[in-house]
Amino acid sequence: MDYVQRLIKRYPEGKHKSALIPILHVAQAEFDGWLSSDVMDYVASILKIQSVEVYEVASFYSMFNLKPLGKCHIEVCRTSSCWLRGAEDIIQHLENRLKIKVGETTPDGMFTLKTVECLGSCGTAPMMQVGTDFFENLTKEKTDSLLQRFSNENKRRTYCDQPETLTS
Amino acid sequence: MGRKLLLQYDHIPGIQSYDVYRKNNGYASVEKALKTMAPDAVTEEVKKSGLRGRGGAGFPTGMKWGFLAKPPGVARYLVCNADESEPGTFKDRYLMERHPHLLIEGMITSSYALGANTSYIYIRGEYYYITHILNKAIDEAYQNGWLGKNILGTDYSLDLYVHVGAGAYICGEETALLESLEGKRGNPRIKPPFPAIAGLYGCPTVVNNVETITAVVPIINDGGEEYAKIGIGKSTGTKLISASGHINKPGVYEIEMGVPVEEFIYSDEYCGGIWNGKKLKAVVAGGSSVPILPAELILRTVNGEPRLMSYESLADGGFATGTMLGSGGFIVMDETTSIVKNLWNFTRFYHHESCGQCSPCREGTGWMEKILHRLLEGHGKMSDVDLLWDIQSKIEGKTICPLGDAAAWPVASAIRHFRSEFEAMVKHVEPVQKSGKTVEV
Repeated sequence: MDYVQRLIKRYPEGKHKSALIPILHVAQAEFDGWLSSDVMDYVASILKIQSVEVYEVASFYSMFNLKPLGKCHIEVCRTSSCWLRGAEDIIQHLENRLKIKVGETTPDGMFTLKTVECLGSCGTAPMMQVGTDFFENLTKEKTDSLLQRFSNENKRRTYCDQPETLTS
Repeated sequence: MGRKLLLQYDHIPGIQSYDVYRKNNGYASVEKALKTMAPDAVTEEVKKSGLRGRGGAGFPTGMKWGFLAKPPGVARYLVCNADESEPGTFKDRYLMERHPHLLIEGMITSSYALGANTSYIYIRGEYYYITHILNKAIDEAYQNGWLGKNILGTDYSLDLYVHVGAGAYICGEETALLESLEGKRGNPRIKPPFPAIAGLYGCPTVVNNVETITAVVPIINDGGEEYAKIGIGKSTGTKLISASGHINKPGVYEIEMGVPVEEFIYSDEYCGGIWNGKKLKAVVAGGSSVPILPAELILRTVNGEPRLMSYESLADGGFATGTMLGSGGFIVMDETTSIVKNLWNFTRFYHHESCGQCSPCREGTGWMEKILHRLLEGHGKMSDVDLLWDIQSKIEGKTICPLGDAAAWPVASAIRHFRSEFEAMVKHVEPVQKSGKTVEV
């Protein structure tokens, strides 16, 4: 909570709504990687804004999940440069290995597989993002060993892995 | 070897840290500006340098700064656009990851010129890990007196914050970015008023790309005139090019403006040629939004002149036979690439990223994606090619922000230069393979 208050202080007096997106990242990380309407209402109460102001923002941005998802959220880039260097093969391989289709979650709740648009990793394509981490120059073998690693670690990976360091 | 200005110290180990950065001429531009120059003199140097916005539009930076309204008693803001999300572009990520202090130095010097006392770096949410790098560097800058109150004992004060987005290409458009920074959906605003008059919180605001801000550092250190000596014509200075696709050496390269495209693609200093010994088929030279050009037109203009890596040379011939430097996202395609499938990939991107405000873009991108998919699946009709042309022409120039144009141009250029490939797809019997390789018909 102290962290959230410090986030709000980054913006001028009366412009605290600016902190909405950074706070939603924190909330999502705190509440199992997704935003329920209860969580969004809670965020609205912190910022003293209407709930609908939170809903309309949360539903606009692709990084906010409005439904529960697996512990390990795998997002494979599918845009041109990655596609040119074999992203489709990696996506296919992940579907086969995890026995799910893009957009689905494994029955044990460990993995959710998604495709995303360009993540700025075109020079190290193909790539995927899991939590905050980028995994680049993917091959099928490398993808397999990463899946093994995530399974062994068995921990939730979210975008906001640690509170940002803050100055004032 | 061309001169390096932004990546001059790229080879030095530990350049990310404050101590190493400072030893390598770090923060010299802040000292020079704050101690020896009036704010307007800083802007004047940027004007003299001929620096143009590196985010894609190429608008003269000094002129943009000159438009900033300065009503007394009203706060002014500098916002750095680090929402890098133009497909094929990854130079800002490279700069922020490896040279965080260069960006912070550029932000301080630029904020001083504009009279901003609070500045923000708006970074795309997917680059969350970079916020840790930037925040660490910002902390170091505060500790060493480069940020905060009365910097270097002057009466100039500045607070700098990183603001993280949450995944929306549209937030790279400057007014959508400001909406997002205010905690709203990233819907672009109708202009005028431009941000220079009414931007963040309704106050005068300048929004500049990461690379643009970092370029201010060498401009102030060496003087605008020195900077303008590099490059060719109105394309002054150096440019970071993000090279990707079917080349031997993908990566970020700093070039002096004016390097021949042929040299950039084939020399070992840069892309190192086409991979697997294949031939060049096409290039998207400035990020997904700019027109695609076939090999013969990217290497030479229609008049047979060698094409150069500069704003003017790449645009030579207009959209009929030329393209744009854009963000410098240089995507190379070899002879096996299906232009139609790549176009479908781009169009799906724009459909996904359209904010939905303007009907031509919201609906048109979806229609184009659907038609292209139909062609790829082998269910296309000959009239679909003309239909695609018709739709793109009705999106271009008819939307609030340039996303509509960005969605239309790839379609128009692919049909203009590769029409036979679309037609072959209608006539052929087999659909394109998954790998994106065109099946011989």
